[in-house]
Amino acid sequence: MADLSVKIAGVEFSNPLIAASGTFGFGREYGELYPLEKLGGISCKGITLKRRDGNPVPRVAETPSGMLNAVGLQNPGVDVFIKEDLPWLKQQNTVVIANIAGNTPEEYCEMAEKLSDTDIDMIEMNISCPNVKSGGVQFGTSCESVGAITDAVRRHCTKPLIVKLSPNVTDIVSIAKSAEANGADAISMINTLTGMRIDINTRRPIIRNNTGGMSGPAVFPIAVRMVWQVAGAVKIPIIGMGGISTWQDAVEMLIAGASALQIGTVFFSDPYAPIKINEGINRFLDENGLKSVTELTGTIKPW
Amino acid sequence: MKYDVQKFQLISNDEIADGIFDMRVKNEELAPLAKCGQFAHVYVPSKTLRRPISVCDSENGVLRLVYQVKGEGTRLMSEMKSGTDVDILAPLGNGFKIEKGKRYCLIGGGIGVPPMLYTAKQTENPLVITGFRNKSLVILQDDFKKAGAELVLATDDGSAGIHGFVTDILKDKINEIDEVCACGPTPMLKAVAAVCKENNKPCQISLEERMACGIGACLVCAVKVRKNGEEIMQHVCKNGPVFNAEEVVF
Repeated sequence: MADLSVKIAGVEFSNPLIAASGTFGFGREYGELYPLEKLGGISCKGITLKRRDGNPVPRVAETPSGMLNAVGLQNPGVDVFIKEDLPWLKQQNTVVIANIAGNTPEEYCEMAEKLSDTDIDMIEMNISCPNVKSGGVQFGTSCESVGAITDAVRRHCTKPLIVKLSPNVTDIVSIAKSAEANGADAISMINTLTGMRIDINTRRPIIRNNTGGMSGPAVFPIAVRMVWQVAGAVKIPIIGMGGISTWQDAVEMLIAGASALQIGTVFFSDPYAPIKINEGINRFLDENGLKSVTELTGTIKPW
Repeated sequence: MKYDVQKFQLISNDEIADGIFDMRVKNEELAPLAKCGQFAHVYVPSKTLRRPISVCDSENGVLRLVYQVKGEGTRLMSEMKSGTDVDILAPLGNGFKIEKGKRYCLIGGGIGVPPMLYTAKQTENPLVITGFRNKSLVILQDDFKKAGAELVLATDDGSAGIHGFVTDILKDKINEIDEVCACGPTPMLKAVAAVCKENNKPCQISLEERMACGIGACLVCAVKVRKNGEEIMQHVCKNGPVFNAEEVVF
């Protein structure tokens, strides 16, 4: 039995698997199936300063080996989250990460301040939601804007700060460096890739928002490539995500350079995936004579 | 336990009408938990998303799922062979609320008919109105008769039963019933809800929406409802699929 625990920005995780924001709500529904302490952590559904009702339906479309979603940040608002969901989450014996999205730098800062006054473990700054005009992606696509918002939020945030990056950019490496230089404690990547499907009979996009964020096994190779590139350029830890669905994928992402992992879309086909993936990682470590999962991170031998 | 993912043994999977299949799957632990109007989320190998299928019946540990082949996922379901295991997350959602002493009118349109069978079995002397586009799509008539229902069949083109819509029959019989439960295409549900409102009869409707997690975590299957004068977003999988028709903002 190898040691699966990892440490990111000083926060201890019992294992490297974190539920990805937006796929796991605030945990209660999956908590009906198994104790949430089986997960290293939970990145909660993205929250905004005020309640948002989200986009009109349909909000989802299946794609080959993946899916598109455009939920549009439906959430009850940061105050309701702190009052009604956080206390319950904190009793689940897992790391709780708040994912925040805003219209303006001021909104991000206000949320970071409110959350810094709670017992939340970490804050993940979402500057990469592709599905709402003002979901933060406007801050996430240039080095200057990523640097500016990271710096601003850093000043209002006493919790470890994760910056979640968009893959819909020209050069993700320079954006990651800008986040690091301006105070990010960790990077999580990748958010979804903007995609589209059209019904050929009605000529209407299947998703009411026209475009949506693509996730699932189809995006995994892109995520691996980006994590590898960024791992070679920054010193802060990377939480790797994007289409991880098997323990082999998890091991591969760690080898590419991730220190922890988020899984999301796989919950929809197999709600028990984190338990199976952890078992597989553990077996792999034992079979390879490794004592800790941390021994895998960044061990890629590139050509 | 409210719901779980488990293997169900596939007992049979037969085509009972044009493109409509009747799947029976056994799991002694989960099948008995199913209530009328709930659904099962069926894993289809190689697919990212499960397929939500309404519970048509649950008896002796066997769940009956009657579904229509509409795309790739349901086509793959129709090719599943008896004797194999099917991975199912069930039972999910909130079903029809049935009270003793009331006479219910249960209305199904097309592939909305199957959940009304299990509902019919939970009610006393129900009036069941089933509507289909044409004769080739008619299903479950013998099952409803066996369940002791007063059964009416209607088709849009008159090729079987009465030539007309389910709402025409509902209007004729509205004074014989206390409450309506309905499942079917949205235009039908809207029309049924309107008839009920005019006649001051309570109405429960089962909705459908593109779904992912099936349990209320991913928030994709949103539906707008009016509660205490305020419009809020709820979800077909967790709050529904059955809603009070008066609360749904179509």
